Amino acid sequence: MNLAVMAPILLPLTSAILALAAWRAPGLQRWAAVAGTFLQFGAALALLNRVNQSGIQTFQVGSWPAPFGITLAVDLFGAIMLAVSGLVGLSVALYALNGIDDERVAYGFYPLFHILLMGVNGAFATGDLFNLYVWFEVMLMASFVLMALGGTRAQLEGSVKYVVLNLLASSLFLSATGLLYGLTGTLNLAQLALVLPETQPHGLTLALSMLYLVAFGIKAAIFPLFFWLPASYHTPPVAVTALFSGLLTKVGAYAMLRVFTLIFRTDPIFTNTLFLVLAGLTMVTGVLGAAAQWDFRRLLSFHIISQIGYLVMGLGLASQAALAGAIYFMVHVILAKTALFLIAGIVERLRGSFDLHQLGGLYRSQPWLALGFALPALALAGLPPFSGFFAKLMLVRAGLEAGQYIIVFTALGVSLLTLFSMSKVWGEVFWKPAAMEPAAVADRGGVPVWMILPTALLVVGGLLLGLFAEPAIQWSHQAAFQLLHPDLYIQAVLGGLP
Amino acid sequence: MNGRSLLLNVAVRYLMPLLLIFSVFLLLRGHNEVGGGFVGGLVAAAAFMLYAIAHSPAEVHDLLPVSPRTLFTLGLFMALLSGLLPVFGNQPFQTGLWLPEPLPVLGKVGTPFLFDTGVYLLVIGVILHILLTLAED
Repeated sequence: MNLAVMAPILLPLTSAILALAAWRAPGLQRWAAVAGTFLQFGAALALLNRVNQSGIQTFQVGSWPAPFGITLAVDLFGAIMLAVSGLVGLSVALYALNGIDDERVAYGFYPLFHILLMGVNGAFATGDLFNLYVWFEVMLMASFVLMALGGTRAQLEGSVKYVVLNLLASSLFLSATGLLYGLTGTLNLAQLALVLPETQPHGLTLALSMLYLVAFGIKAAIFPLFFWLPASYHTPPVAVTALFSGLLTKVGAYAMLRVFTLIFRTDPIFTNTLFLVLAGLTMVTGVLGAAAQWDFRRLLSFHIISQIGYLVMGLGLASQAALAGAIYFMVHVILAKTALFLIAGIVERLRGSFDLHQLGGLYRSQPWLALGFALPALALAGLPPFSGFFAKLMLVRAGLEAGQYIIVFTALGVSLLTLFSMSKVWGEVFWKPAAMEPAAVADRGGVPVWMILPTALLVVGGLLLGLFAEPAIQWSHQAAFQLLHPDLYIQAVLGGLP
Repeated sequence: MNGRSLLLNVAVRYLMPLLLIFSVFLLLRGHNEVGGGFVGGLVAAAAFMLYAIAHSPAEVHDLLPVSPRTLFTLGLFMALLSGLLPVFGNQPFQTGLWLPEPLPVLGKVGTPFLFDTGVYLLVIGVILHILLTLAED
């Protein structure tokens, strides 16, 4: 009896059903979404507290014992991710009060929004590989429609690329899962962790793990599989982009961290080297792509890719310090990135454009907005005392300890380029004199409080993560410790079984 | 009738009740044998679509007591309820609860049956929603 583990999945499902029932009452749907995500955030925090106090929480759906039934297992890493997803969900639900037009609500924005959150939370909570596939599908189905909802020309063009590549990733994921089941006879993560190291031949396991790497790599947008992301992320409304950037690629990264620390540990030298190479290339291509962009949202989209590189770097270094760094980095980047996208939305609302050439002068008229941009932007670039600094510090130190100097220098160089890119945005959007006619600027009016509040929530959240870095880093270390000791996970899921 | 096939029209009059009964049969048979809410729902939706081809999509809307959207909302809700019922009895989510005695005709009834019925309604609702929207365009 452990419903707390189910709550982050059941609450969005219930919200989705309520939103469907209130189809003809958009106002009700909007506020029900705020209430639903608020509850979900609370439930995730309660679960996090529980995991912190009494270890990994498991749940056997329908009382079918593991490894036969579907297992949910939430360790500290999973619980942290659930809490962050609750916070992002709440922020986007608040932002959507004004950020999503009535027409999109009338075509079912809210049910899909809840289903998407359910899929994301399910992926963070599951302890079964096939179940993970199902949650990926739930999440993707909802995201396909959210991406295309509204049906503008650019949206449909972006959606086609998005759908095709993600379907390819799903089919790879599914085939790999089928092959893995054929090889081992189980898909329960804990049992796979037991069985797989002894499964012969090792070459086959390694090949399978590479299939998973490609499948998750497409979803996480690592080099060279990232190109669907900048082609599609700037097309839907900002609330949707912020939600996607905060959660979707991170689920891919989460799945990589999960399977490569728990079950595919057979050939660490090969996979870790591969991860480091991919990490370096992902960082560099992402940040260079961003440097060439003059559209606010496309620029930020490229930065998503470059930040994913740091997560993969933590995975490739594979020490406790490195994994702790990756986990801390994940939280930091979700908060900073979502906040930046929301700010891009506010800028667009004020000036009616995402084009950096046309923007300008916002520092004079909106100093608080400028500050709100500067904090997560500096955090993203990795300046002290913001969260990004500690995240990168942890990764760089882990890299130096492991003697991987090339990736360390790459990471530092990319940091510098990120700073360059963020200062470009700062200069163009806030600092330089307004490029437009003053009349066009004045006409736009104020920013609704429901757009400012969630943005402030995320900015302050990121700030606190930097200011209270000490306890946060300690938690990340505990979570990384659990990742590096799969026997804890196995024990929690399978109990006394050998 | 504006040029619609008379044969189809007459055939549907006999086929539709048969298909609907067959879909319920599939739903009831589903738990341990081939069948279930999903297939049953497909067959029922096919029956309604046949009616839409023989007559018109608008007449299917008249035929249904509720809109397809209400159908799938209800279905989703029933599926969720089937999982939550055991929770109220202090058992894990989705644990199968069964009536002690089998009912006549229906056989053993429990929460899995409720879940299947939810899937049945959901499938009918979603398919009709999609196809009727396309057919009306």
